[in-house]
Amino acid sequence: MSEGTAPKEKKEKKSRVRMPEQEAKVRARNFLEVPTGYTPEMAKEEAARCLQCKNPGCVDGCPVGIDIPGFIKLLKEGEFTQSIRHIWTMNSLPAVCGRVCPQESQCEGKCILAKKGEPVAIGNLERFAADWERAHGTGALPSKAAPTGKRIAVVGAGPAGLTVAGDLIQKGHEVTVYEAFHKPGGVLLYGIPEFRLPKEIVAQEVNFLERLGVRVDCNAVVGRTVTLDELFDEGYQAIFLGLGAGLPKFMNIPGENLVGILSANEYLTRANLMKAYLFPKVDTPIPRGKDVVVLGGGNVAMDSARTALRLGADRVRLVYRRSRDEMPARAAEAHHAEEEGIEFFLLTNPTRYIGNDKGRLTGMECIKMELGEPDASGRRRPVPVKGSEFELACDLCIVAVGTGANPLLTSSTPDLQINKWGYIEADPKTGKTLKKGVWAGGDIVTGSATVILAMGAGRNAANSIHDFLVRGW
Amino acid sequence: MFKIVKREEMSQGTVVLNEIAAPLIARKAKPGQFVILKANENGERIPLTMAYTDPEKGIIAVIYQVVGKSTALFKTLKVGEGYQDVIGPLGKPTHVEKLGKVVCVGGGTGVAVLHPITRAMKQAGNHVIAIIGARTKDLLILEDFMKTASHELHVCTDDGSYGRHGFVTNALKDILDKEKIDLVVAIGPVPMMKFVSKLTKEYNAPTMVSLNPIMVDGTGMCGGCRVSVGGKTQFACVDGPEFDGHKVDFDELMLRLQAYCEDEKMCHNEFCMLEESWHK
Repeated sequence: MSEGTAPKEKKEKKSRVRMPEQEAKVRARNFLEVPTGYTPEMAKEEAARCLQCKNPGCVDGCPVGIDIPGFIKLLKEGEFTQSIRHIWTMNSLPAVCGRVCPQESQCEGKCILAKKGEPVAIGNLERFAADWERAHGTGALPSKAAPTGKRIAVVGAGPAGLTVAGDLIQKGHEVTVYEAFHKPGGVLLYGIPEFRLPKEIVAQEVNFLERLGVRVDCNAVVGRTVTLDELFDEGYQAIFLGLGAGLPKFMNIPGENLVGILSANEYLTRANLMKAYLFPKVDTPIPRGKDVVVLGGGNVAMDSARTALRLGADRVRLVYRRSRDEMPARAAEAHHAEEEGIEFFLLTNPTRYIGNDKGRLTGMECIKMELGEPDASGRRRPVPVKGSEFELACDLCIVAVGTGANPLLTSSTPDLQINKWGYIEADPKTGKTLKKGVWAGGDIVTGSATVILAMGAGRNAANSIHDFLVRGW
Repeated sequence: MFKIVKREEMSQGTVVLNEIAAPLIARKAKPGQFVILKANENGERIPLTMAYTDPEKGIIAVIYQVVGKSTALFKTLKVGEGYQDVIGPLGKPTHVEKLGKVVCVGGGTGVAVLHPITRAMKQAGNHVIAIIGARTKDLLILEDFMKTASHELHVCTDDGSYGRHGFVTNALKDILDKEKIDLVVAIGPVPMMKFVSKLTKEYNAPTMVSLNPIMVDGTGMCGGCRVSVGGKTQFACVDGPEFDGHKVDFDELMLRLQAYCEDEKMCHNEFCMLEESWHK
């Protein structure tokens, strides 16, 4: 090459291909998905950024150990169908994971490119592969092992349960999933809003499992409609419990039962599972606050705040007792929320609710906090600043300060060991509980965590169940 | 689908009985427990305490009053049609034991829920006195059933069109004045339960009420059904639905029941207009 030409292309680092998204002002008033997805060209371009490391950090960072360089290579080559089939061997819910995993602290956080710039957009690529298959795929199913004649009951059709079902059906076992709600999906359905995870995608992921042969029985409250021992009597050889952490926590401060204070569980279930944002086209109502306060700093708080905005709120404030750095929400969610106009009231904690003579919420009293010494979680403990109380006016408050273990099943199954918080005691590696033939995983063991961690627990339990069915307890 | 196998209208069509084929629930249900029903894809989840069950035939029965869009929609369902979803049995069953003298007080459709409890109390060896009431004669339900389920039955109507003229509390007071009562079970509209509990407190008669607050899932997940009992927040769906009447904050419950009042009215009116236009 002669002198004077442009510097070599190779040396210039390509920046990450942005996924197009709805503009903040527009999307803040609709329930459509925020990022709209890669085109095939964008996906190939982004896939080409992957260095195909020999010892890939990304795979270590993935709780279910997806062969990330492998599926990205296939995308780069334009082999989209093969790419998704490759993912399926390790993850039955890629369209979900690509959207809701905290990639920045998992795969992408360990990407070598992240050291000097932006990591490969692994989540976006996983999402693309799954979406492409949904829109253009042949619908051909992955292969299944020969039938073993063994039967497994899965309790709870959320991320953990669906993973167990997907893994075991492919290993040739017969699987029935029992779900207490009238539709399968668990937190993917009732918790995560439409604009972050369209419900059509959840339905299709479940349909994929059903096409593989998984039976899904809704309206079955295990512990009430049927007990674990009755399931064994019906001929199941193993049971997996993926119950989730469905008991809402409240602040336990005065005035909490005023009308206009809802748990995030209730608010989001109305909006997502019951589609109450379409009221009165559907029959379930949802309170539409004008001046909304959301308590908490996690993903559920962000989801609640953004839902309130889409339901027509003039102002949505998020009140969190620690600082921005300690916020447990996924970075993209906090960023999206701020872009849409959610105001963050950090280092602030409510002390009491204020209501009118009709028992309706009109405001709350808050106190300023400062960070003290680190607590058990390693985060600096927030301490109230004396005399810093102030009032916030609001007509709707969503409490998103975490969830606990629902005792509905464990209280009716005395031989299932639980810890002092009500979570089920299970071997962290295998998910085996102290009751023979019963495994547990996901939030009901660890307390509330992420979709992918629940899936990882499901994967481990599925392997252990398979060993048990083939080799014995 | 959960098929309706028998349907009956009562109280001039304002109250409807449905027997529903739900064998798994019928096998497990005990007096005092409830189910959640959802009519169709866009329907609301409505909690209703079961009136009776027949485990052998695999049926459960609910009796509901038409008060809003969802119950108006339920009313349109005929025999052979059914509910898309029925979930249960939910809530704690009534604690039934031999105590001595028990008074069962029911108002409105609460009588439907009271009936299986009354029968169970009698079967447990208690002397059971029942009091049922309604605004007027035509709104009274299950009189014959309650007669069989108890040892003695008192009927009251607010307007005096049938039985004793006046509220159930008047009849109850007379009984409390006469003899020591070991348990009062009161199920009906919130004001009725409130005033029964207020009265029995004066006589130190233990009182149990069954609550039906707004809820979504019925399994302890939403917390919409929270009630203050003895100053503590309880979830009616899993901690109840029955509570100590002397400890329940009925005023708070009444306000919470009004949470969606405006929405419900709008939704119901629209539905009624649609219904009318179909009929035309």
